[in-house]
Amino acid sequence: MPGFPGNNELQKAYDTSEDYPDLSKHNNWMAKVMTKDIYAKLRDVRTKSGYSFDQAIQTGIDNPGHPFIMTVGAVAGDEECYDTFADFFDPVIDKRHNGYSKDAKHKTDMNPDHIKGGDLDPKYVLSSRVRTGRSIRGLALPPHCTRAERRAVEKISVDALNCLKEEFAGKYYPLSNMTEAEQEKLIDDHFLFDKPVSPLLTCAGMARDWPDARGIWHNADKNFLVWVNEEDHIRVISMEKGGNMGRVFKRFCDGLNKVEELIKGKGHDFMWNEHLGYVLTCPSNLGTGLRAGVHAKLTLVSQDKRFDDILDKLRLQKRGTGGVDTASVGGVFDISNADRLGFSEVKLCQFVIDGVNTLVDMEKRLEAKKSIDDLIPTEKKN
Amino acid sequence: MPFGMKTLGVVAAAGVGTMALYYKAAHCQVHHARGGSGRRSLYPASANYPELSKHNNVMASNLTPDIYARLRDVTTPNGCTLDGCIQTGVDNPGHPFIKTVGAVAGDEESYEVFKALFDPIIDERHNGYKPWDKHPTDLDFTKIRGGNFDAKYVHSSRVRTGRSIRGLGLPPACSRAERREVERVVVDALGKLKGTFAGKYYPLSNMTDAEQEQLITDHFLFDKPVSPLLLASGMARDWPDARGIWHNSQKNFLVWINEEDHTRVISMEKGGNMKAVFERFCTGLLQVEKLIREKGWEFMWNEHLGYVLTCPSNLGTGLRCGVHVTITKLSKDPRFNDILEAMKLQKRGTGGVDTAATGGTYDISNADRLGKSEVQLVQEVIDGVELLIQMEKRLENRRSIDDLIPPKK
Repeated sequence: MPGFPGNNELQKAYDTSEDYPDLSKHNNWMAKVMTKDIYAKLRDVRTKSGYSFDQAIQTGIDNPGHPFIMTVGAVAGDEECYDTFADFFDPVIDKRHNGYSKDAKHKTDMNPDHIKGGDLDPKYVLSSRVRTGRSIRGLALPPHCTRAERRAVEKISVDALNCLKEEFAGKYYPLSNMTEAEQEKLIDDHFLFDKPVSPLLTCAGMARDWPDARGIWHNADKNFLVWVNEEDHIRVISMEKGGNMGRVFKRFCDGLNKVEELIKGKGHDFMWNEHLGYVLTCPSNLGTGLRAGVHAKLTLVSQDKRFDDILDKLRLQKRGTGGVDTASVGGVFDISNADRLGFSEVKLCQFVIDGVNTLVDMEKRLEAKKSIDDLIPTEKKN
Repeated sequence: MPFGMKTLGVVAAAGVGTMALYYKAAHCQVHHARGGSGRRSLYPASANYPELSKHNNVMASNLTPDIYARLRDVTTPNGCTLDGCIQTGVDNPGHPFIKTVGAVAGDEESYEVFKALFDPIIDERHNGYKPWDKHPTDLDFTKIRGGNFDAKYVHSSRVRTGRSIRGLGLPPACSRAERREVERVVVDALGKLKGTFAGKYYPLSNMTDAEQEQLITDHFLFDKPVSPLLLASGMARDWPDARGIWHNSQKNFLVWINEEDHTRVISMEKGGNMKAVFERFCTGLLQVEKLIREKGWEFMWNEHLGYVLTCPSNLGTGLRCGVHVTITKLSKDPRFNDILEAMKLQKRGTGGVDTAATGGTYDISNADRLGKSEVQLVQEVIDGVELLIQMEKRLENRRSIDDLIPPKK
């Protein structure tokens, strides 16, 4: 949370029922899962780094709902949260990830050779992008980290990135010391991220000490990009104009695998376990943390009243081209995988490739004023 | 009541002085950061020292690496840390109109446990107030002279302060249970006020549309803070839980609950009768204090810092006594700012501290809070505003104001 860490000693003088949050107007997963019993059990527990349950749920209390999506309403302050507060996070994860049991195992597959196809029609697919996040084990996450830890994240990540070669050779631009010229360029390239304004993020404490230890790294070709210390320790993005999602995914895997090798060489690890996969700040990003998406022109099919159901069956999600908090403009949609956990990276990227191909076929049919009935999926992919 | 309060209740009966001494002895022990903050010691203080090179606030001007190193691993008995206190100043490098303080107290003990930082902050912010200085409290409104301004110039008169309930965490750090306790204690007392002070409480959580409309029309409604200065300190957590507005039926005595402070008390009316506004202010405030003491509660107060509030800028009296006054000609005089400064007055736009003036009408109030009593500050505002009006009248008649300019103090 902004300001004070979670060790308010005076709190224990009050029964947990007196501290129970008012969630009557709330519509997020935290509010749906929370009970007086869970709160009573967890209020006075702390992780080893001193993070409290109140801190984890503060963002959900302060943000009752979102106009377009069902938000999670809780974050992790460190890797241990998911275990220490399992009585809460297990049901949240189960609901948020379409039924994921606490005994389930998550498969990681970062081998781009397992992808089939992936060269999407550029007449309809304007850009392709894959992103994920990674956390450095042993350091607290953005809602809770100290300045020293955040700076350590920066040092570890940037040291590794600066060892990358050839197509991955690049440069780091710390937010604190950016020149006007550099800032202009990064804005033009659509790379610059700014201090979060979304209350979902600011209420969780992720924007503390901005812009200390935040920055952007990208390769010379400007198609492999890393954000340091925004919503996660690092966000890794591979992107390019046009529809070659296969190539984007390959670059994504190759780059990330190299970075992992480099940090291991220095004795560090990414946060990962066989139940939750890669561990990130928001429970919605557990597993792969992967969002593979395109900006696609789907003017006609998006107006079909079956559109939302089609997307659901294809395991896809739509957003506006400004990102999660926007609506679409001019028939161009951001289409990406809806899932994060329970499917591997390869599987999710394949859902996007196959699904977008189907949508483009539908669009072409509708342009030719032909029916799309036979193309409509009858059951959900898995 | 929490365990501490029963004991405090007994001590309260023995009087304020005893209470203050008891409290200081029992509660101001320094604790060392427990449990998880052990991970902090993996990094030396220098690795965690904030980046303050682009900052211009009182905290940044006074937080040396040495002070930071000494205080980083220390906590108040309730668990408040220095990092918590300074977060708002780290996140908000500066303000366009004023030099902000850049630090808040998480609890009453913060001012004691972190005195190595708060003492120099208080010194700078309050005109050289020293750690050994004593602050005079005086709410005897009968001492006021004058205070009935020309309504042609003064459109409204207002006095506000804040009060904190001893034993409960302050807005940046309090738990929901503590915040609800503040609400209960204060609303219980306000509910017992009678006569011209009889009124009603409107909790923010349960407000009807009609009530909300009325409160907005009356200019009473406060909303969730949007200022990053406040948000970054954590005061807006759990909004609107345990927040509300109480006002009397005459709508000239108003209390905000759990906004930037536990309570903000406001007396106001249209026109220039500041004397009446201050009388109502003192009478109401003293009645509320008496009522909470009957239940074993107290306001946070000590003889060095006076009334203890969340922001160091409001220590002492916490008092802002101000008018909305039209001084179109005078405000264009190049000596205007110097005149105000010499009279220890401060100008703001009529929208409050984050606004600029429009159409020659200014909010003029006392610049000082600590080191002078309530009566002294209000008298300074009264005398100062009378002089401003006199100058404005001279300028309207195209006469010089040279002989009226106060010398720089």
